[in-house]
Amino acid sequence: MNCIIIDDEATARIIINKLCGSIQTLSVLEDFSNAIQAIKYLNQNDVDLIFLDIHMPDFTGFDFIETLKNLPKIILTTSDPNFAIQAFEYECIVDYLVKPITQERFQKAINKAEAMQENLVKKEFSSEKAEIASDNDLYVNIDRRLIKIDIPSIYLVEAKGDYIQIKTEEENYTVHSTLKKIQEKLPDNLFLKVHRSYIINIKKIIDIEDNSVLIKKSVIPVSRSNKPELMKRLNLL
Amino acid sequence: MWELHFTSLLKNKKMEQPNQNYINNISDGDEIFKQKLIAILKKEFPEEKQVYFDNYNNEKYNLAAENVHKLKHKISILGLEKSYELAMIYEENLLEGNTSRQEEFKAILNIITNYLEIL
Repeated sequence: MNCIIIDDEATARIIINKLCGSIQTLSVLEDFSNAIQAIKYLNQNDVDLIFLDIHMPDFTGFDFIETLKNLPKIILTTSDPNFAIQAFEYECIVDYLVKPITQERFQKAINKAEAMQENLVKKEFSSEKAEIASDNDLYVNIDRRLIKIDIPSIYLVEAKGDYIQIKTEEENYTVHSTLKKIQEKLPDNLFLKVHRSYIINIKKIIDIEDNSVLIKKSVIPVSRSNKPELMKRLNLL
Repeated sequence: MWELHFTSLLKNKKMEQPNQNYINNISDGDEIFKQKLIAILKKEFPEEKQVYFDNYNNEKYNLAAENVHKLKHKISILGLEKSYELAMIYEENLLEGNTSRQEEFKAILNIITNYLEIL
């Protein structure tokens, strides 16, 4: 974790620097004797963790917290144990260290910060994953069963009366629906309606000849009105 | 007058003496760091002490309380546990304009000054 130290007392800064140096995962980017300098630095640099003194002249640690948006994690350092309750009203505050800070207590605070960081990364990863999953899946109703189809594996959708046939790498599905409805569910960047009866996956095109495209082993007609859009989507040399 | 009071304090109760336990623990055998820390203490303490006296003498007790707050860290670094407690009470008293513990606090500052001189 990249961190900075804000404390108007040089003695405190050198001690916190030393404590940080004993932890491999911490890297001190800068230390500041006042909060204003630190704010300028934070506007231009990414920081994971701040060691912040509460009791500073002119601009206190709490003023600092109130001023900044999108704060990184903060470990408060103070000679005053009386602010602990107020401190934990802020979500960004990981821990509250009363000076003089011991190695053992410091380590505990870092463990907390690392656990918070890990949870955050996990949360971000799982929500990203969920987003990808929902973006890639399409559920179709076949014989009262909802069957999941992997969207990128679809290479062709063909209208057949009141039904559509969804053709994928693995299987074909006949579903009671319309091309219009499925077109709304498919990503525009991947799929294009090339004919009133066909939607194709552009990535699966093998070749194009006059007014038809070859996808897998199927030759699909391209209507005159849809051809310009198809040509626009191709990476032409 | 103050010297008399300080002497009587020393006579009546043995005053707590500073130590380097915390400094040694934090240094963890790193002699260069230890000397650097001591040098900073020696530079910063007299400056903070002077600001405190200036504010106190000008009866700016709220500011003096802030100075006491800052000095508390150095008191605790030097292992003066009882003095730290006194400083906490004195800081609160100052905020209420009560200066009754001034002489005791002054005695603590004096002990630290003497100790830092021999470090």
